Amino acid sequence: MARALINVPAKAKRGDVIEIKTLISHTMETGFRPDSSGKLMPRDIITDFVCKYNGEEIFRAELFPAIAANPFIVFSTIATESGSLTFEWTGDNGFAASGSANITVE
Amino acid sequence: MTPAAAALALAALVGVSAVAAEIPFADRKSDYEVMGPDIRAMQDDDTANPGTLWVLDGEALWKRSEGAAGKSCADCHGDARVSMRGVAARYPAFNAARARPVDLEQRINICRTDQQHATPLPFESKELLALAAYVGRQSRGMPIEIADDERSKPFLQAGRDLFNQRQGQLNLSCAQCHDDNWGQKLAGAPIPQGHPTGYPLYRLEWQSLGSLQRRLRNCLFGMRAMTYAFGAPEYVDLELYLMWRARGMKLETPAVRP
Repeated sequence: MARALINVPAKAKRGDVIEIKTLISHTMETGFRPDSSGKLMPRDIITDFVCKYNGEEIFRAELFPAIAANPFIVFSTIATESGSLTFEWTGDNGFAASGSANITVE
Repeated sequence: MTPAAAALALAALVGVSAVAAEIPFADRKSDYEVMGPDIRAMQDDDTANPGTLWVLDGEALWKRSEGAAGKSCADCHGDARVSMRGVAARYPAFNAARARPVDLEQRINICRTDQQHATPLPFESKELLALAAYVGRQSRGMPIEIADDERSKPFLQAGRDLFNQRQGQLNLSCAQCHDDNWGQKLAGAPIPQGHPTGYPLYRLEWQSLGSLQRRLRNCLFGMRAMTYAFGAPEYVDLELYLMWRARGMKLETPAVRP
């Protein structure tokens, strides 16, 4: 599975806005680049990213060929309750990666 | 003044002006200080620095048994956080068996062929970059310290000569940009001093980690000069000179650059 880095604060006060950073390793091949023989290399990108907070979807992104390799997605949410955040990336050629992080809300 | 004395004075003058072109110690700065705050923040935060992806791959490779000997890097070197601390800051270093300096990537491949009895990893392959980034990461924040090795001197001089030699269709030398005109603009982009403090580093333009040799090829290509094959002695001499030129500066591996 692709390597992913997830940065969620371990602790937060209830009602605080927290920043979540994710980074995943992926070539994001656009499908518009020729290889050394001049043939177009097939598209191979991540198409979807979803973040769920205790099972509830809080953030979703669609990705397109113009997005650089190793997509770095940063977003924020409000810390409402302790629990886990899960992250899922899906893409071309059956690409699937996931990760999770725990947060304690006081 | 006798003609001999005049010639001597002239030689001294020429000598002085050649030295004066080098950047004074106190004025040296890493490109880190020149680049924007957003990219600096990216480099400083391990979870935002894409180089970390290679470092983690390198950590896994470090522990993996390879080759006919069935040995991993860790079998000989143990915990890289201890054994590899400060190592990358000393490379390129003289290798007695090769009778010349070798850079970190070449040193890793020497270990692979001689100790692990495995095939050497190709230059710029993900595996070699990952191992170099992992080893380099252990020296982050440590000063670059090229050994004062008599045997390396001719190679250091060769690197310095190459740095000062005009080449390519644009008839430029490395020194004309990076010693004489750093801080100015070239086609809108700032000209850096060219200190290799963070290799292998993640260049946003490359969308990947890359070695110093790859960066040198970039420059040569831009000068419309002949590029050398990866691993060529000319590159290693130049790497040696550049690291010596950056002596005392802190290593940032894996750095992020625009």
